[in-house]
Amino acid sequence: MSISTSNRTEAETSDRRKAPAGERVADWADGRLSIYGAAKATMRKIFPDHWSFMLGEVALYSFIVIILTGVYLTMFFTPSMAEVEYHGSYVPMQGVVMSEAYASTLDISFDVRGGLLIRQIHHWGALIFLAAMFVHMMRVFFTGAFRKPRELNWVFGFTLLVLGMFTGLTGYSLPDDLLSGTGLRFLHGAILATPVIGTYLAMFLFGGEFPGTEIIPRFFAFHILLLPGIMLALVVTHVTLVFYQKHTQFAGAGKTNKNVVGTPLLPVYTAKAGGFFFLVFGVISVIAATFTINPVWTIGPYRPDQVSTNAQPDWYLGFPEGLVRIMPGWEINVLGHTLVMDLIIPLMVVFPVVLGAIAAYPFIESWVTGDKREHHILDRPRNVPTRTAFGMAWVSWYFVLLIGGGNDLWATYLHLSINSITWFVRIGFFVVPILTFIVTKRICLGLQRADREKVLHGRESGIIKRLPHGEFVEVHEPLSQEELHVLAGHEQYQPLEIGPETDEHGVVRKVNPVERVRVSLSKGYYGEGGQIPKPTAEEYRELTSGHGHH
Amino acid sequence: MSSETGPHEDVPDDHNLPEQGHPQGREPGEGSVSLPEQDPFANPGLPAHQHRVQDVDEAAAKRSERTVAMLFTLSMLATVGFIASFVAFPADKIVYIWPAGHISALNFSLGMTLGIALLGIGAGAVHWARTLMTDTELIQERHSISAEPEVRAQVIEEFKQGATESQFGRRRLVRNTLYGAMALLPLSGVVLLRDLGPLPEDKLRKTAWKKGKVLVNENTGLKLKPEDITVGSLAFAKPEGLDHGEHGWANEIAKAALMLVRIEPADIKDKQSLDWSHEGILAYSKICTHIGCAVSLYEQQTHHVLCPCHQSTFDLADGARVLFGPAGHPLPQLKISVNKDGFLEAQGDFAEPVGPAFWERG
Repeated sequence: MSISTSNRTEAETSDRRKAPAGERVADWADGRLSIYGAAKATMRKIFPDHWSFMLGEVALYSFIVIILTGVYLTMFFTPSMAEVEYHGSYVPMQGVVMSEAYASTLDISFDVRGGLLIRQIHHWGALIFLAAMFVHMMRVFFTGAFRKPRELNWVFGFTLLVLGMFTGLTGYSLPDDLLSGTGLRFLHGAILATPVIGTYLAMFLFGGEFPGTEIIPRFFAFHILLLPGIMLALVVTHVTLVFYQKHTQFAGAGKTNKNVVGTPLLPVYTAKAGGFFFLVFGVISVIAATFTINPVWTIGPYRPDQVSTNAQPDWYLGFPEGLVRIMPGWEINVLGHTLVMDLIIPLMVVFPVVLGAIAAYPFIESWVTGDKREHHILDRPRNVPTRTAFGMAWVSWYFVLLIGGGNDLWATYLHLSINSITWFVRIGFFVVPILTFIVTKRICLGLQRADREKVLHGRESGIIKRLPHGEFVEVHEPLSQEELHVLAGHEQYQPLEIGPETDEHGVVRKVNPVERVRVSLSKGYYGEGGQIPKPTAEEYRELTSGHGHH
Repeated sequence: MSSETGPHEDVPDDHNLPEQGHPQGREPGEGSVSLPEQDPFANPGLPAHQHRVQDVDEAAAKRSERTVAMLFTLSMLATVGFIASFVAFPADKIVYIWPAGHISALNFSLGMTLGIALLGIGAGAVHWARTLMTDTELIQERHSISAEPEVRAQVIEEFKQGATESQFGRRRLVRNTLYGAMALLPLSGVVLLRDLGPLPEDKLRKTAWKKGKVLVNENTGLKLKPEDITVGSLAFAKPEGLDHGEHGWANEIAKAALMLVRIEPADIKDKQSLDWSHEGILAYSKICTHIGCAVSLYEQQTHHVLCPCHQSTFDLADGARVLFGPAGHPLPQLKISVNKDGFLEAQGDFAEPVGPAFWERG
């Protein structure tokens, strides 16, 4: 460009005069925020499409719904345990002494128009948020989307799940009804069981003895400020990383580990994802319109000397609840001190260890494979039978404990003895995950065999052909190139070997015991019985070189 | 890359990830035709775009346009309906809606109209995207997440330079005192937490019961006489003078709540339990020793009492021994007798702490 500075300025000025208003606003913003640079990288960003990628979106959108409705609720809720006599419009409770928290929850439900709807959207939204996070996490787990470079995003998502559980707990404790107060009682008892510092922790958290007058204002601060603040930051980080690392995709025609195939953010993905937010919000609204959730007015205000039956936490905490219910009573008294094993084992050992194992899984698997490459093509769950079996074993274990967490409901509805159900869960706790692991692995191997068969012999067409010499055969149609690629284009890991026990001089080689664990895990994952070898190019050519013989 | 080597595709070497499907590899009608000789499972590349009916038939596109517009219009009407419902329905009007049953008219109408308004926008946008917007699949290359080696070298070099210029490593005294200051600073925050609550002291060991405290019916507030408790019944009691709504009531009742049962003295198996009873009336703490719920489900034939929270089951005829469930020790018993006016009274506080176990309980 050889035009002089003054000319250029003139040209720019005249250009700007002609530019439409939208562009001029964008120019103004770009001069201050450099928005064109950001838009260049994101506006036409490609997102691959698959129904299972929606699950994370459901979680994201229900989180937004919860924040919107939660802000509304804070304007009417009074986080106070001061006792008042109720004089609102709900007749059965008039004259009853209750905390201001409970009274203001009744006001939201009966005196604020639309308050009940927003309360119900908030609570349903929370249940859906947690459920969506769970299934999204399963999708990521079973397809191996947590592999490099996404291990950290798995950890962020995992942290969101745990924080979501505790935000839920602090939220449903706020109305101070008989059920939520019982939940607080549980929390108090659990904290008391902490070795050495339990009584101090309980006194400090509750501001004195149970129930005191501090816990609801404090939980209110955790529930509306501290926890959602951290979660919001994590959600932004999580989604930013998805943008930055680009989304994973399933194998298919044109889709490789080095590209991403799909539709651009503007317009298609914006319309689909933006529209999907309204769909999620709409569905939650319709549920909140028709299905009552947590009718605190039928339960009554909390009193520490009373309890309601069917005292369960919200579903996402059913798993620690189940652990507590099936644990046999066990206290160890030593030197004037008590170890409350019946609470320490379920809540301070099993619960955190299981959660920790979930968080650490991507690192464990990459240690076993030793694979340092990036993975952007998703696994078909059958192609990693051991991982899939671990995942299913965990899910089955989770459901067994959910039964344990609601053992009184099962006993009531199925007319069974609560002791039998508890014993069923105690045994199932050990047996069901092992059985599920074995069954899942066998199903995966069977599916791998079927894939192999299909690749080598083609699809059964259902057409029976009679050959000249009288033999009947079924015609098998060869697969398309895309199908061949999807079924056999993936790679298979080979199991690690320890190597010879002695080196070339006959000296016994020392093998690190950690290395031995790694090798045996690797054999379990990828050795014989861990996977079916996929068809090789030679096998394929040999079988398909002359058509017709089978 | 395996495409130039023939014979060993079956060996899963480190670089056998498929690398087909670049835009230049796209040809209309591409299928199994472009099968590379070397790899029968090679990626065939992105297939040609399949036209939708809306792409070729303007009438179909018009129909889609009308559908989307109709959904957006439905949303507008629903928002008007939302405002109308807000104004029209009183908060306490109950209506019967199948299958939900008797529910609030206001809640139902607001929720449904809001839901329809949202679903209209959502369904309209998605239908628009699916039928009218260009649906050609595009390909974008991924960039490497890790930095290029030159960038890495430059960053490390600059960091080293910065570190050297700071003299952080050379002036140990500065470094170590900074560590010390930073390590001590958070203690201020920890100290501030001290006033969150009082120290435990013996608070968990004491309740409102003491010698001579009369047992009062929890529901009626009347003093209890032995004849009020019939064989097989379960009654709840509190110490006299502890009234609902008074300051500190909740904390006291959370420890003092009492459960009274009457069992034929011959059926009481535990010797001390019998001694602490009065004519077969046994007073046990109502607070479960597992995690602190109020124990309340009594089975009079077996003298078993069950906690509804985690199903710990206690045998009240045998010193409230734990029969089943996660509780770790029996419910504490309160020693009772009758005062000179014939009312039941406590002979002192509980001999052991009530409620869930804790480290100092011993």
